[in-house]
Amino acid sequence: MAKSDVKLIGAWPSPFVLRARIALNVKSVEYEFLQETLGSKSELLLKSNPVHKKIPVLLHHDKPICESLIIVEYIDEVWASGPSILPSDPYERAIARFWASYVDEKWFPAMKSIAVAQDDEARKAAVVQVAEGLALLEEAFQKISKGKSFFGGDHIGYLDIAFGGFLGWLRVTEGTGGIKLLNETKTPGLLKWADDFAAHPAVKDVLPDIGKLAEFSKVIVAKMRAAAAAPAK
Amino acid sequence: MGEEVKLFAVWGSPFSRRVEMALKLKGVEYEYIEVDLQNKSDLLLKYNPVHKKIPVLVHNGKPIAESVVILEYIDETWKGFPLLPKDPYQRAMARFWAKFIEEKCMPALFKCAGTEDREKAVEEACELLKLLENELEDKKFFGGENIGFVDIVADFIGGYWLRDIQEIVGVKILTRENLPKLCEWSDEFVNHVVIKENLPPRDKLIAYFRTRFGPKP
Repeated sequence: MAKSDVKLIGAWPSPFVLRARIALNVKSVEYEFLQETLGSKSELLLKSNPVHKKIPVLLHHDKPICESLIIVEYIDEVWASGPSILPSDPYERAIARFWASYVDEKWFPAMKSIAVAQDDEARKAAVVQVAEGLALLEEAFQKISKGKSFFGGDHIGYLDIAFGGFLGWLRVTEGTGGIKLLNETKTPGLLKWADDFAAHPAVKDVLPDIGKLAEFSKVIVAKMRAAAAAPAK
Repeated sequence: MGEEVKLFAVWGSPFSRRVEMALKLKGVEYEYIEVDLQNKSDLLLKYNPVHKKIPVLVHNGKPIAESVVILEYIDETWKGFPLLPKDPYQRAMARFWAKFIEEKCMPALFKCAGTEDREKAVEEACELLKLLENELEDKKFFGGENIGFVDIVADFIGGYWLRDIQEIVGVKILTRENLPKLCEWSDEFVNHVVIKENLPPRDKLIAYFRTRFGPKP
């Protein structure tokens, strides 16, 4: 398949874009990466995702697919001969989707709360929430991985990709806040998982450099805090 | 083979009704368990410790929570009357619109029933539903000739919930003037042979909405 048949509109810092890139790598799909510049949206992006105007957008034979986890499922279904991303058993698939949904709807918003917390008390409360979420994910990991390295078992799967997309941001939050969100006492499984995930061939070349991400996060967090502090319209 | 299917649900919830619609369309027999949300049973808390919410589907003792996750599970487990299309691109589109309904439309519509900034809330809700109407085009259902995944996820809009709430609250969102195609679709939806037997009793729903959203005496 020609490289130009598959394009991904995205940006290097985005955890959502990262999910799509990892999925494409798992399947060894060659693609053209079209980087958006922060602060402006290309014509192509606006045309391809008129509803949300967000990245990532996968363009396959010029047909757009939006929403990172939907893109991951699409990749899994189209490149069916490559290693499977979703488990084959319907119950295991449901569990993977459940936790991916939890990560997006509960856990990541709590992570963002740490960044935009206006004072120490708010920050501490947000950290507690994130830690509670990680405890749930640790328990899930122990059950789902069945002693193997990944949520997907021996190979990275849907939930590894869904949660792993946020690994860079998790590390940056730890660094900036001087906190160990993943640690030997509370989350021994996820602590090891994080290293295994980051080192995985489908991940290591696309996982953003933590230093670079930390610098970038200062810009983004400043924007998020300004938006959060702005008086309600 | 003993297939045991239980559903923890609430009579008026569009979320648990979605699951019922899917099961009924596929002809799957299940045990219905009504949940008292003010007094959640230990069993529900055991089956959904993370969110403590309905619906929860329990299949041969294994629980699944989150209505959209449950719908996909049902579609993958019982092959009759497919809810999602076969083609991967069409599936991605169906999932996209289901997500749009769940994450954008539903919260926007609930805001319209609230008392803060109602005019703005209604404007936003209408804009979002317009996008949905554009997606429907001239199809009978979002699923095409037959009801599908997106139609079921849109049950709040297609069923009586939205119509009754908007009347009781006194707002105009889904009207033949604003959204003619979506209105036509909602008529098809409530008249569908399986759906019409699976909507909450309308008078009970209206009474509930009056208490919850109606003008206070």
